[in-house]
Amino acid sequence: MTDPIVGARIWLPEAALQGLIDQLRASGYEVVGPRVADGAVTLVEVTSISEMPRGVRDEQEPGKYRLTVIEGAGLFDHVVGPHSLKPYLFPPRTTVLEVLKIRDSWDARVPEPPRPKRAVIGVRSCDLHALAIQDRVFLGGQHRDPEYAARREGLFLIAVNCSRSAPTCFCVSMNTGPKVDGGADLVLTELNTGFVVEVGTEKGGEVLRGLDIRESTLAEFAEATEVPQRAASQQTRRINLATVHDTLINNLEHPRWEDVAKRCLSCANCTMVCPTCFCSTVNEVTDLAGDVTTRERVWESCFNEEHSWTGSGAAHPTTKSRYRQWLTHKLATWVDQFGSSGCVGCGRCITWCPVGIDITEEVAAIEAKGGVA
Amino acid sequence: MPPRLAVFKFASCDGCQLSLLACEDELLAVAEKVEIAYFLEAGPRDTTGMYDIGLVEGSVTTPHDAERIREVRAQCKYLVTIGACATSGGIQALRNWGDVDEFARQVYAHPEYLKTLATSTAIADHVKVDFELRGCPVNKHQLVELISALLWGRTPRVARYSVCVECKRRQVVCVAVARGVACLGPVTQAGCEVICPAYARECFGCFGPKEQPNLLSLGVRYRDDGHDPQHLTRLVRSFNAYSAEFRNFDPANQKES
Repeated sequence: MTDPIVGARIWLPEAALQGLIDQLRASGYEVVGPRVADGAVTLVEVTSISEMPRGVRDEQEPGKYRLTVIEGAGLFDHVVGPHSLKPYLFPPRTTVLEVLKIRDSWDARVPEPPRPKRAVIGVRSCDLHALAIQDRVFLGGQHRDPEYAARREGLFLIAVNCSRSAPTCFCVSMNTGPKVDGGADLVLTELNTGFVVEVGTEKGGEVLRGLDIRESTLAEFAEATEVPQRAASQQTRRINLATVHDTLINNLEHPRWEDVAKRCLSCANCTMVCPTCFCSTVNEVTDLAGDVTTRERVWESCFNEEHSWTGSGAAHPTTKSRYRQWLTHKLATWVDQFGSSGCVGCGRCITWCPVGIDITEEVAAIEAKGGVA
Repeated sequence: MPPRLAVFKFASCDGCQLSLLACEDELLAVAEKVEIAYFLEAGPRDTTGMYDIGLVEGSVTTPHDAERIREVRAQCKYLVTIGACATSGGIQALRNWGDVDEFARQVYAHPEYLKTLATSTAIADHVKVDFELRGCPVNKHQLVELISALLWGRTPRVARYSVCVECKRRQVVCVAVARGVACLGPVTQAGCEVICPAYARECFGCFGPKEQPNLLSLGVRYRDDGHDPQHLTRLVRSFNAYSAEFRNFDPANQKES
């Protein structure tokens, strides 16, 4: 019998993927995976591989996303969709405090965060890197985010090596993919009739036990190695990771900022789809009777005027200043703050920008005429 | 003494007043906290003395409206406009691009009996407005939030950012990017709870312009993607057509930004 120890390379026939889902569900996990809804491959609960996007490819370009069905293609022929792991760990809306008025005094309660057991199938390398960045933001340093921590603990990750890149992908230049280099419990590479599975953790190996598995052959492993290499070779967009920090910081008055501000809608879509953007605001919500006040935390964006609001007005009153704040933080000052870039090259901000502003093109324009005022 | 609330109607469809009545459970709580002194749609008609909070629905379309809104302003300590008509002139502001005398001749046997203005304008064009709630109609939760905030002496929490922010918080797939429809979400103020995109429909701007909307860039993009400029103009010429940021939209004649 095959022993799926950490580091083992296992062959999982496609039909046995259902067994894996069943096993996870039987162990109390909600299983989340790719599923077509509203014209996109979304990341929602799946119970059966029949719900997964067989043969579905996503065609992506700046400001445009379309699905096509390819005869004979696999379950994971799509790339990253509009959703990421972010809302599962850092929910768009959450209650952080409840204050009840009891007679003449107040009773404040911090709600116990939910501790879901959730398995996600189909996580890509860029999103695993984004998760590692979010871990540093929410769990690093003195102030741990209790809700994030509670949700992170129960997360089981089944990654997939990308078999193709979208034109919007640029993970190769960010050193974040497409080959998964850690951070997952299991890593799948899809071949014609099944998957080569690399066991990343003991927990990962455990769920494979009892399934219809065997050790993968050298030929299968060799074929699997080529899959992400093929995806990597398709990438055309890139950011120069070595120089981007200084390029941006030395060009804060570059005319390109004015230029992009003419196109930018300041609608915040880029920050909302970004798997690392972590800004939030808290609102105090009172009821009419004045007996209950809840403090809600909601996703916020540096593209919103209110985000930088202070007693003397907005620190970033114009679209130019907001775009510059976002880009310089994402690609430059993030490194100073957290020790890594805030960008993982997933390309979501390019695809989901309604006017197709391309982060790589903006950096390239500043780089090309760096220092020109 | 509870604060006195009054609700006034100008040129409008009454939908925003109905939104207040549709608050149902919350309305009972409101009625416990404020004295609903004047609200013809619901019954009360106490015209003695000042009102603490005046909610104004509708736009100014007649000489009589223009006079009456001054009286209303003088009677209210805190004046809030509710809905697209009151905040931007409403759908009836389409007359601002047309010939009102000609419309009147087409519709009425005796147009000479009419006393109407050539334009439909927002309440804020006539008197000082303390706060405005957008929407066609206004959102029930924003209405309750407004009253709650005024009762407790704090600023109402009404976002001025785009509809997109709410779409993404709800994980709604973008209809503009994934379906190629011309959606006004990126230039429209949030608050509607993204009813249309959640049903795979484009936003048509009920809540009017967000803060600093870039309609020019969005219009150029949609036009270059093959949307008929006339369709785009019609999309923007609706409930908030005459808002300052929407009224000069002309995608047929716009160049690349």
